[in-house]
Amino acid sequence: MMAQVENILQVKGVTKRFGGLTAVNNVTFDLPRGQILGLIGPNGAGKTTLFNVINGVYAPTEGHVIFKGTDISGWQPYDVVKLGLARTHQIVRPLNDLTVLENVMAGACYGHENRPLKEAQVIADEVMEFLGLAERRDMLAGSLNVAQKKRLEMARALASRPYMMLLDEVLAGLNPTEIAEMVEVVLKIREQGVTILIIEHVMHALMNVSDRVIVLDYGQLIAEGSPEEIANNPKVIEAYLGDPDLAKRLMENADGD
Amino acid sequence: MDHLVASLADGLLLGFVYGLAAMGLTLIFGVMDVINLAHGPLIALGMFGLLLFAGANGLGLHPYVALMLVAIVGLIFGVIIYYIAVRRVLDAPHLSSLLATFSINMMIIGVGTAVFTTSPQNVEFSLGSLQLGSVTLLGTRLVAALIALFVTAMLYLFLYRTPPGKAIRAVANNRAAAELMGIPSDQTLALSFGIGAMLAMLSGGLIATFFSFSILSGSVYELKSFVIVVLGGLGNPTGALLGGLILGALEGIVPTFMPVSWVPVIEFVLFVVILLVRPSGLLGER
Amino acid sequence: MNSWKYPAFWIALLLVIIGGLLPVITGSNIMRENMFLILLSVALASSLNILLGYAGYVSFGHIVFFGVGGYIGFYLLAVQNTPLWLAIIAGGIASAVLAWLLGAAILRLRGAYFALATIGVNEAVRTFINNFGPLGGPIGMEVNFSIYRQYGGAATMQWTTYWIVLGLTIAAIVLSYAVKFSRFGLGLMAIREDEDAAMVMGVRTPSAKTMAYVLSAIIPGMMGVIFFFRNSSIEPHEAFRLTRSIEMIVMVMLGGQGTVQGPLVGAALYEAIRSFLLTSPLFKDLQLAFAGLLLLLIILFVPSGVVGWLRSRYRKLWRVLE
Repeated sequence: MMAQVENILQVKGVTKRFGGLTAVNNVTFDLPRGQILGLIGPNGAGKTTLFNVINGVYAPTEGHVIFKGTDISGWQPYDVVKLGLARTHQIVRPLNDLTVLENVMAGACYGHENRPLKEAQVIADEVMEFLGLAERRDMLAGSLNVAQKKRLEMARALASRPYMMLLDEVLAGLNPTEIAEMVEVVLKIREQGVTILIIEHVMHALMNVSDRVIVLDYGQLIAEGSPEEIANNPKVIEAYLGDPDLAKRLMENADGD
Repeated sequence: MDHLVASLADGLLLGFVYGLAAMGLTLIFGVMDVINLAHGPLIALGMFGLLLFAGANGLGLHPYVALMLVAIVGLIFGVIIYYIAVRRVLDAPHLSSLLATFSINMMIIGVGTAVFTTSPQNVEFSLGSLQLGSVTLLGTRLVAALIALFVTAMLYLFLYRTPPGKAIRAVANNRAAAELMGIPSDQTLALSFGIGAMLAMLSGGLIATFFSFSILSGSVYELKSFVIVVLGGLGNPTGALLGGLILGALEGIVPTFMPVSWVPVIEFVLFVVILLVRPSGLLGER
Repeated sequence: MNSWKYPAFWIALLLVIIGGLLPVITGSNIMRENMFLILLSVALASSLNILLGYAGYVSFGHIVFFGVGGYIGFYLLAVQNTPLWLAIIAGGIASAVLAWLLGAAILRLRGAYFALATIGVNEAVRTFINNFGPLGGPIGMEVNFSIYRQYGGAATMQWTTYWIVLGLTIAAIVLSYAVKFSRFGLGLMAIREDEDAAMVMGVRTPSAKTMAYVLSAIIPGMMGVIFFFRNSSIEPHEAFRLTRSIEMIVMVMLGGQGTVQGPLVGAALYEAIRSFLLTSPLFKDLQLAFAGLLLLLIILFVPSGVVGWLRSRYRKLWRVLE
């Protein structure tokens, strides 16, 4: 039982196939409580699919996902979030015709703690304050700009009071100032004891926040280690050769640190 | 047994015409994701088009010449409907396009009722009949089936062999990508809607050569088209023809062992069940 | 959110009550019959709005609940001689059960597929009853006028049923408001905006949608019983008229889908326009065409409806318009 307390998330031999296409191939890793684990890989490596399998959008074709000692493979997303595993989407999905407050309240109402409306509002106000959305409380979510929508996405997940969050490219499309602010936010969330699994293409930021990094390529886990180890891993560099731009960013980062 | 064969043959001939109507509906859905709720009234307009062009009180043309005029009117009318009602709601939620096309439905039925009343009409026309063993095939139905087949073949030639046809398929496949490749999506969509309306009116015209009709008759065939389209898979023209034949066969067979009034019950139950079990249609991929 | 303190709800309620009392004040039977139809429309549109406006599921065949409730109630009244109140409740329960059973199946379908399935269901039920002898088949059923004697004669019965309809309309408004400002309502609106995101946020979408479907079916079922009882007869084409179903949608759209007052405003406006068109010699024959034109204009130019448009234009009115 101790091992389960140690590792809040265990992914065991997870495979996801769509017809003939194997998007995720026999992926296994553990995530200890309180850590930030970075997940990188070239485009189309299966990162988001892996997220979708973990939080129940897809059932795994093979393998198991174990969260806090419970096998949640094949659970529905709404049951997964009630166990305390929240996520954000790569492409933000604000509830456009609802206000920012209502968006965040919905996260609190239906999330891990299943709060009634009134308490949800208190939590929502708190979370919006934390993410700097308080001023936009009564605006329609659809009218926010990209950076604010990313924050809203985070706020909604955070309002569910999760033990763990899956963050899918929360930095993409932000300018350097906004990235710095968001990195702060991520670190603060971790300080509150929330475990984080994060997909990110903004390498230097990811390398800074992650305790460990895992690398997916063609659906397979090809490397695992500290940010430094990953940045110097020849297999990883090779995998990124298909994407010269990313390879360059990865190398720059290795040189820079 | 003879009775069954005769009834089945009759049903199958009708099935081609049903399939043609459904093809109009499914083409529009496949290209622009719009369920055209003005489909039924368009079918009815096709019937009245035939009456006006071929009827004794109209132009008195030969029915099959009149049918060509009906097709041209249908094409133009469809393009007009597209620009007035459909274009602006293409990117809106589904409800908008459903209601926009339904508003056209109401306008056609409203004006049609005022002009033609709802009393039944028919076009006096006969081509005799063809005797095959114990089976008698009505000439008008046989020709209607052949015309439906011919139009289907032409539609395929058009879609696969001509530039505008290829443009339609490209837009159906991926509108954004087609636009990037320089295909004028607006005109292409208008043309698709025009062809969809043309097929509906043509089938109406064909039906008018052997059944009596009123301005309200379209709704029956619209519902049949829904059933067929779901049978064959939404957006799939070949499926529509096959679905039409299945429905026609069903309408031929069922009345031989139960009252004919049960046919629609079976059709609609089938419709809902297929939507639930295989929303991509019998032919579609899972 | 202390939503009950907002004036919006009380304004809606007041409008219904004032409208509902007009026939008593004027003592006019014609006024009562007009008001009966308006209240009926308000209740049907408000009920539909729970599914259409809040959850974003377009039920094109919603009239099936009106028809099924009506048939069950009418059968009980005419054949089993059940008291009216019991028949009304039975009609509501029958519709709720039907919605619950159907919901589990067809609410898995999204967008246009769901809309088509609801049409299919309505037509399947209509054609089935058309063939079903015990419920009168295509001819339907009639009650003997003597049945009204139990309710103090036809004239008294018409007032009694009028009050019941007023009560049910108020119930529909209260229900619509209660749902909108509840935790459950928030979940429905999340589904409307993005169903997949709602699931990821923790909304149990299948049960929430089914619940919305059931809630939107009960009052139409009860209304069906009263409508056909008053009508003294019921037949399949009248009970399951697809056009009436779409009129319900038009009312919701006209007033503003997803708002509480929208269906109220929309239904009243629609009925007013229709009665104007019906009585005007110029438009009498073209009534349907004009309704269609009106619908098209709304969709193209004011897709959020009267209330929605006012809300987006005048933010200060948010507490009054809801």
